[in-house]
Amino acid sequence: MLDDFFIRALIAGIGVALTAGPLGCFVVWRRMAYFGDTMAHSALLGVALSLFFEVNLLLSVFGVAVLVSGLLLLLQRRQSLSADALLGILSHSALAIGLVLVAFMTWVRIDLIAFLFGDILAVTPSDIALIWGGGALVVAAMAFLWRPLIASTVSEDVAEAEGMKPAQARLFFMLLMALVIAIAMKIVGIMLITSLLIIPAATARRFSASPEWMAVFASLIGALAVIGGLFGSLTYDTPSGPSIVVAALLLFIVSLVPAFGRNTVERAANKGVRG
Amino acid sequence: MLMNSRAASAPKNQAHSAETLVSLSNAGVRRDSRWLVRGVDFSIARGEVVTLIGPNGAGKSTTAKMAIGVLKSDEGSVTRKRDLRIGYVPQKLAIDWTMPLSVRRLMTLTSPLKEPDIMAALEATGIPHLAGSEVRHLSGGEFQRALLARAIAREPDLMVLDEPVQGVDFAGEAALYDLIRTIRNTTGCGILMISHDLHMVMAGTDTVICLNGHVCCRGTPEMVSQSSDYVKLFGGNARSLAVYNHHHDHTHLPDGRVRHSDGSITDHCHPEDGHHHDHDHGAHDHDHDHGAHDHDHGAHDHHHEHEHNDHAHHHHDVTPNNGGGRHA
Repeated sequence: MLDDFFIRALIAGIGVALTAGPLGCFVVWRRMAYFGDTMAHSALLGVALSLFFEVNLLLSVFGVAVLVSGLLLLLQRRQSLSADALLGILSHSALAIGLVLVAFMTWVRIDLIAFLFGDILAVTPSDIALIWGGGALVVAAMAFLWRPLIASTVSEDVAEAEGMKPAQARLFFMLLMALVIAIAMKIVGIMLITSLLIIPAATARRFSASPEWMAVFASLIGALAVIGGLFGSLTYDTPSGPSIVVAALLLFIVSLVPAFGRNTVERAANKGVRG
Repeated sequence: MLMNSRAASAPKNQAHSAETLVSLSNAGVRRDSRWLVRGVDFSIARGEVVTLIGPNGAGKSTTAKMAIGVLKSDEGSVTRKRDLRIGYVPQKLAIDWTMPLSVRRLMTLTSPLKEPDIMAALEATGIPHLAGSEVRHLSGGEFQRALLARAIAREPDLMVLDEPVQGVDFAGEAALYDLIRTIRNTTGCGILMISHDLHMVMAGTDTVICLNGHVCCRGTPEMVSQSSDYVKLFGGNARSLAVYNHHHDHTHLPDGRVRHSDGSITDHCHPEDGHHHDHDHGAHDHDHDHGAHDHDHGAHDHHHEHEHNDHAHHHHDVTPNNGGGRHA
């Protein structure tokens, strides 16, 4: 029953989930869900450009994601539109341009569904090496940048005043995010990457007493979702990427049951502390 | 002998206290072609407490942020001592409730600290029992104490406290100001404080800088509290403003007066033309022109009642009729 491709899918999926955990926590804390979505959507443009110019897919996706996030920062600085609206414009434009470009290139046939929703069952050993190698890099960078990242998430001003260089941390964070999207695209697909970032982190919130524990729990919960989703996909013959997301959602719902949560009672109150 | 030792120690102390931590020179911040604050000059030395006071929108927080490098100055210069260690309590800090953050973890936000140091700082601000509590469950005053403890525990060279006691109960407020003073005395750090209320911080402050888009006045708390600029800004209601105008009416003609009261209102709206002393002198010149009119004192009372209705009309009414029957 456990064919070789299934084992590979498990190893690859768990690798992505462990990497996405800490990053996903920051996406939740910094309220960047839509931002992550935008970067993920831009990945399809990266795919199209990589086919057109015949460059490495990973490199192209990473490059376009970085470009789009840079463009967003530039537009935000002009403050003519809200970040929300800008994200909406960039997100869907990048996706649409990608689709149009792919349609133009009649000489290439690509499995669009695989890019949009992932094709984890097709991972090769070299994919696995990339996922774990790239993942290790991302996690190591996160560990190195941890204090500045946390400090600037709590308060950019305090971080700046006390020498944490928040702008630099934010830039690195965006690069890491682009890298994770490039890596994870093949597993869960462009449309579902953000969910693998956010849902495990949101689930972990209920069990965590510190930001550090939340990052660890998010990784573990993500890995659990990958395992559950893949087994579900095998059992019920459902698409693997969406099955992983459904598994993550089920874990989130379970975490909402009062007996499992730490802070269920107080949760509704104090949505934040104002000074 | 005694004299000698005094003489020997005095310069040493001076040298120690004279070490400048931050100095601003003609510094200003501009946003959307509007100066939030401009022409700010001051410096903070080790062991000195400088307090910025001023009404809402006067540029107090902007000035503080400029001093510590959170905002870049668009004009002038800001110089900081190399490797200046800053402890900052911002005016506002909203922590997203999705981040699980205990008070203890908040303390080590920007630098690792030893547990005894953390607890000592929390005890100093009166909340050792909250070390394990989640930050989002603290009350406003408790949170403020936690932020202050965090700044203290870093043992900074310069503490920047933007309304550090907001939301703290009355008894606690005085205690925290005492604490701030004690910290200055024991660690010798410099302190830049922002407050609305001069009277609360008076005793512990060396220099008060009164801001309203620019530096209005500065000096010891006693000096500043007696200056007319301070009274104008903080006497704040219409009555004291009227008294202020009245005072000028006795020496100036309506022409000069209207302009002057216009000028002082403009000070609030457009910080860049804030040199009201210049306006004063301008008004004096007008006084000489029209100085012969003895009845001005009587006339201005009528003007005074209408003054707030329409400045412009007074301008046009009065000027052509200057020598004429209106005041006669």
